[in-house]
Amino acid sequence: MEGLKVSDANLVVYVHPSKATKVPQAILRELSSLLFKFSEIFDGVVLAYDVNIQNKTAKILPGIYPYFGVRLKAKLLLLSPKPDMLLEGKVVKLTKESIHVIVLGFSSATITEEDIREEFTYKLKHGQEVFASTSHKRHVIKVGDMIRFLVKSLDEEILHISGSLIPAQTGSIRWLDKHVEEGSQPERSTKKRRERDRGREMQEDYTGLVSEGAFSLSNDHRPKKSKRRRTVEP
Amino acid sequence: MGELQTNEAGYDEMADIDFSDSELVSHVRDALRSVSQGDNDRYYQLIEVMHYMEHLAPDEVALLVTSLKALCGAVSYIDIIHHESLLSSIFGMSMWNYGPDVMDALMELITSLAVSSGKFIDSCLEMLVCNFLPPQSFLHLLRSPHGLARKEQVLDRVHSALRDIADLVPLAPSRLLPIILQRRPHTDAKEALIVIYVENMLRLESSAIGEHVGSEMLKAVVDRLIELDVKIGWDDILQEDSSKGIFDMELEDEEIAGDANKDGSEFPKGTLNRQSLGGNTDADKLDSLMVLTCEHLKLCADGDRLIEVFETLFKSFEMTVLNAYKSKFTQFVMFYACSLNPENCGVRFAVSLADIFTCKVYPPLTRMSAVAYLASYLSRGRFLSSSLAANTLERLVDWCFEYCQVQDGAINPEAHRIFYSGCQAIMYVLCFRMRSMMDVPCLKLQLLRMPLEPVLRHPLDPLKVCLPSIVEEFLRQAKAARLFTVSETFLFNNLLESDISKAFGGMERLDMFFPFDPCLLKKCDRFICPNFIYWSMVKTTYDDDEYGSSDEDSDKDFGDGNEGFVDDGMARSFEQNEFDFDEFEYSLNKMSITPRSTLNHMLADNLHTPMRMPARIRPSTSPEFL
Repeated sequence: MEGLKVSDANLVVYVHPSKATKVPQAILRELSSLLFKFSEIFDGVVLAYDVNIQNKTAKILPGIYPYFGVRLKAKLLLLSPKPDMLLEGKVVKLTKESIHVIVLGFSSATITEEDIREEFTYKLKHGQEVFASTSHKRHVIKVGDMIRFLVKSLDEEILHISGSLIPAQTGSIRWLDKHVEEGSQPERSTKKRRERDRGREMQEDYTGLVSEGAFSLSNDHRPKKSKRRRTVEP
Repeated sequence: MGELQTNEAGYDEMADIDFSDSELVSHVRDALRSVSQGDNDRYYQLIEVMHYMEHLAPDEVALLVTSLKALCGAVSYIDIIHHESLLSSIFGMSMWNYGPDVMDALMELITSLAVSSGKFIDSCLEMLVCNFLPPQSFLHLLRSPHGLARKEQVLDRVHSALRDIADLVPLAPSRLLPIILQRRPHTDAKEALIVIYVENMLRLESSAIGEHVGSEMLKAVVDRLIELDVKIGWDDILQEDSSKGIFDMELEDEEIAGDANKDGSEFPKGTLNRQSLGGNTDADKLDSLMVLTCEHLKLCADGDRLIEVFETLFKSFEMTVLNAYKSKFTQFVMFYACSLNPENCGVRFAVSLADIFTCKVYPPLTRMSAVAYLASYLSRGRFLSSSLAANTLERLVDWCFEYCQVQDGAINPEAHRIFYSGCQAIMYVLCFRMRSMMDVPCLKLQLLRMPLEPVLRHPLDPLKVCLPSIVEEFLRQAKAARLFTVSETFLFNNLLESDISKAFGGMERLDMFFPFDPCLLKKCDRFICPNFIYWSMVKTTYDDDEYGSSDEDSDKDFGDGNEGFVDDGMARSFEQNEFDFDEFEYSLNKMSITPRSTLNHMLADNLHTPMRMPARIRPSTSPEFL
């Protein structure tokens, strides 16, 4: 998945004097307040951090409350979805007018009817609402599936993504991965692939929502390993 | 999608107009789209429909439902700027005004709108939160069966909509929290509104969203309780005069106040009298909210999640209640929670309070308040074992002992106020628990081994500083139990408080603070009462010796009938006193030490209230006793 990156950040955390006896906790608390919020400074949403306090000296600020600044280096895992990036998420609701997706278990995305390419038509299959491709019979999007979609815009406050299924390389991941050799999707660099896989792992870590369905389904239908997996494994 | 349901009886007029859903949706989309082109006719028609209110004809209902459903399909066309008036009409709709069909359609629309883009989510959540409360016009119907049914319909839908939104927008609960806190009705609002809002908050706490917002909801509920609590002044409960007993919230005090108002011409009958709180709307509100909270805690206990809820409650207690100036009622929520799970929560509460008392990090007033809570809790909690009381006492005594080891010098109420509050707590608990401890050999041994005597006989002289009424009762029991040799004679001159004790209590009079004195709130008392030890139930060490056979009742009570309580030892069985409950409750609430202010009242009471407590359990400081 695109949009994930690890950044090295040099930070100064200002700790209240009352927390002088428990600085590590105070720092973690401060950093935790960044989680799942869009930060303009990092240009992304902080998903995880790994903190490393540089040295034991801290600069004391003059003032009524002598806060002290602790320098630290942190590795931050950031999600910064930009327009035209491809993200992956799980379909949680599907109606004739829209598809609702949750990315990494916390960010919601909506793809409206207008942003779903003509190829897909809304159908009721076995009592289940689906978007089915007219050109590829097996390409179907339904609730519980993982899909890849294009970012149109991001509402930074509520982390709501407006997405699109117009480009050909978007749609159900299960189907796309199987048919990647058809040339509809450009070859991905190893780096991107690594990122994408990290995204996967993240998803498993972060959410209880992550579809067991998406993975188990792929096992059900294809007992052999998928192409994607083969490329990843050494 | 299927055709619109138009064949119901009342909808005949619509029957011949046979639009499909998608046609309707595209019609609405056109109407919305045309606004930006300056064509507003159809758009205004749409808005007009949204303003249909109560008493709708069936065709109006049908039109409204149809419009809402069509809008639901066209949410992506709704623009926050161009369609402002439509949005404000939708957000201004109150579910309480409509039947189930409209409610369903409206909730579907709100859910779709909330999840369609980040822009609408706050407004949608706000709209749902507003629907926690009925419109003013509906308030008088709330108690009717129709009103209750409507309430269920509305709230079920509102909460399921909140859940749906949270499922689709995982960060929605974090947006919901500030809205809920902000939309809380003011404490001056009508009781019904405050109650229904808290009901919703507690419902959220136990719902799926509760995982994210639950603890904050609970804290907010406790905050609301304490807000109301502090609005009720101590003056409303009792008169601040020298006649106040150690058991502050004595009903006798109130009666005096009440009688005085009536120039002594009427006297209370043998029912629980809470005159001074009567007509106090804040007290009524608080009472109702306490009942709700207790019911909620009961549900939590039944659902096996009391322990986690208790953690939140305790944090909230520590932050607000503990430091609130002599909180009067809110603490009974903790008491009830503890009574629901004495083994875990009950013990945890006692241990945590003792931790606060012994920990130097906390400010002195917090520590004194904590030990006051601890003393009152250990004394009054009927569900607490004597061994817990003994262990906690041991901790307190040890702390006091260590404290005086490093201190020299004489009485100084101000400087050693924490120490004195600790000593007072020890004596207070022993007033209630000494007999039950003495009855169990191992606890007796434990008690005798405590370095109580060195502490009390230390030059800091806690016996002279603590409230004389407590000291006297304690010494009397200690003497009877031969806890240690009481050689020094104390002359208290019937003082209920001394200048020295006032001094250590400080401005806030923490020396006189007994948080779990009998609860005066009528409705929530039923949760507290069965778990509560009233002074009248306490077996003192001198009981048998001094007033052995003077009271027939007592013989019965202390006979072989109450073996169920022998282990716990101190409380007389509640069930055995199954004579008129009101009278019993009345008599129970007469905590002994409170004196009568005038002879007139004494006489009056003796004449008119035959259900007085037997004299033997009225400790001796009571004037009529001397």
